[in-house]
Amino acid sequence: MTTPFLRCVLAIIAKDLRTEIRSRELVSVMALFALLSVLVFSFALELDRAARAEAISGVLWVTLIFASLLELNRSLAQESDQGNLDALLLAPVSRSAIFLGKFAGNALFTGIVGLALLPLMTVLYGMNMLDPWVIVTTLVGIAGFCAIGTLLATMTAHTRARETLLPIALLPAALPFLLTAARATKGILNGAPEWQVWLQLLGGITVIYLALCLLLYGFVVEE
Amino acid sequence: MTDASAIIEVEKLSKAYGLLPALKRLDFSIDRGEFVLLFGANGSGKSTLLRLLSGLAKPTSGVIRIGGWELPREAMAVRAQIGLVAHRPLLYDNLTASENLDFFGKLYGIEANERAERSRELLRQAGLSRRADSLVRTFSRGMKQRLSIARARLHQPDILLLDEPYSGLDQAACKRLDSMLAGAHEAGRTIILSTHQVARAPQIAERALLLSGGKIAFDGPSDRYSLSESFQEASTAPTA
Amino acid sequence: MPTQARLEPNPQPRLLRALTVLTAVGFLATLYLGLFAAGTDIEQGQIQRIFYIHMPSFFGAFTAFGATVLGGILYLARKQAAWDRIALAGVEVGLAFSLINLLTGAIWARPIWNTWWTWDPRLTSAAVMCLIYAAYLMLRAGIDDMSRKRNFMSVYGIFSFVSVLTTLFIIRIVPETIHPVIVGASPQNAQGSFEATSGVFMALAPSMLLWLTLMPLTLMWHRYRLETRREAIDRLKFLTLSD
Repeated sequence: MTTPFLRCVLAIIAKDLRTEIRSRELVSVMALFALLSVLVFSFALELDRAARAEAISGVLWVTLIFASLLELNRSLAQESDQGNLDALLLAPVSRSAIFLGKFAGNALFTGIVGLALLPLMTVLYGMNMLDPWVIVTTLVGIAGFCAIGTLLATMTAHTRARETLLPIALLPAALPFLLTAARATKGILNGAPEWQVWLQLLGGITVIYLALCLLLYGFVVEE
Repeated sequence: MTDASAIIEVEKLSKAYGLLPALKRLDFSIDRGEFVLLFGANGSGKSTLLRLLSGLAKPTSGVIRIGGWELPREAMAVRAQIGLVAHRPLLYDNLTASENLDFFGKLYGIEANERAERSRELLRQAGLSRRADSLVRTFSRGMKQRLSIARARLHQPDILLLDEPYSGLDQAACKRLDSMLAGAHEAGRTIILSTHQVARAPQIAERALLLSGGKIAFDGPSDRYSLSESFQEASTAPTA
Repeated sequence: MPTQARLEPNPQPRLLRALTVLTAVGFLATLYLGLFAAGTDIEQGQIQRIFYIHMPSFFGAFTAFGATVLGGILYLARKQAAWDRIALAGVEVGLAFSLINLLTGAIWARPIWNTWWTWDPRLTSAAVMCLIYAAYLMLRAGIDDMSRKRNFMSVYGIFSFVSVLTTLFIIRIVPETIHPVIVGASPQNAQGSFEATSGVFMALAPSMLLWLTLMPLTLMWHRYRLETRREAIDRLKFLTLSD
């Protein structure tokens, strides 16, 4: 009776991709914000080379997290403003599939911005951010962050003052990702060996959060 | 009291939003193929009832059975049988009319060929064939409404629920909607349509339910005479 | 509609009164054990005594936040408001306990580590934990619809517990912390460890027992009753205003 899981996920991803390609509402706003943020940091910190190596991973992750906050707010507002979330819920579709579809879209768009940010920061800060492990860390961190972000943005989309509530709810919940991802990135850039532990920790938290989100999303959308 | 011909059975159904009771212990059943009008002033609980029947909201207490399946426990089975036309169009503004139908068709697990064929047919019935590839954002209220009905009928549900479908439509659009509903009714679909305008009510409806203050104030055949008294007192509220 | 004109009186159950007295007496007794009965640490001196509050308070928070998870899961399964009230009580009591934990830690760190605060993994994780539960309270205040509120907060309360577990186990995962471990092997670079002698355990064990069980449970019970009453008043207000 229920529509196959994977088909729903793919349908939702395809729908979000098509909408985004047409409107470029999410990625362009995120990209512009990320660019501005990186520039502002580089002016504000006036870094010498040693200090830069210390600060750059923090700049990367703070920028990514704030950029995806913008994206998450918009993406879930698109669903709830027109009542479209109701239309998804009306269909005989597993709630986890709806979560996975929305999550994949959000992670994809944030991932694109993240991957574009790495070469940009390489140029602006004169550090090699294109190390394969930095890329892996970036993608894993974004995945974890977007998982809890999609869940919480679905919650706050139903509240008044969602623009303020989402950061309040999401930032502390996302700190584990910020912390581990920033440390892993820093470790890789400085050649410190403990980055592997941090990356493993990041991967572990991401898996736990994803599982919890899949399990609990149904409760968040029911009335 | 399980009735073989009943497709919707509601027993002691209550729904409260926090402290605010919206529906108070409703009891009724609706037969397969019936066309029911749901009257009531704004805030009388019409939308809440339709949301409950469509499985979007869960009852605070009471039982809903649709086609023998119980809500909300067996919601997945019920969902495929129900098409809802809500207040809001439930369409994606940045997709075209046919893309919208295609997307929802996928969610209902309809195969690609079938999907294309059905959406073409439904767009034709809705008079939107020429605008099939325009973005929904550019549609008028009436066109969105028609597309929304096409979306609700895409998976050929047994039951059509329409929440205030006449609001914001002009005379011609209302007529068009009436003829679409007549078609669906003849095809044997069960239809529940909510409205607060008694004058607008389609003539083909067989039965009327009047909701007032979260309770059923009238239940009977929908000819105007029997309806008028109960309706007069319920509709004296200043809502238009 | 039957309009209740007033709130029914709801006196404290006998058991709660007994628990309250027991908790208060227990608190004073463990305080005496920690401050006077236990011997003074040779290296750290008197300041080491703060440990008899510091560590138990974290475990008290653990119990309370655990109750939040339990309340959340049971609320989602059964939809009875009582479970959600337990979850809320757990968050408030747990947050108070973890603030005690942070504060006592800072007081101890000043002479021992020569700083109030350092961004050590465990300290960071404990701070994050407090922030998450503070966010719980803010988010809760921002949702109007009661059934939505209860659903959302149950889910958020379950998620938040990840931060408690992280704080507890981070030493095993990230051994670079300077935070000492008293029970079990201390990390290499821990600063401010002390010998867990039988004297220490004599004072620690009762305190731990008290903070793990009686302290959080008694306080949560009071908070639960308060919330029940608050909701009853809201209902009464609503009925009075809507008629």
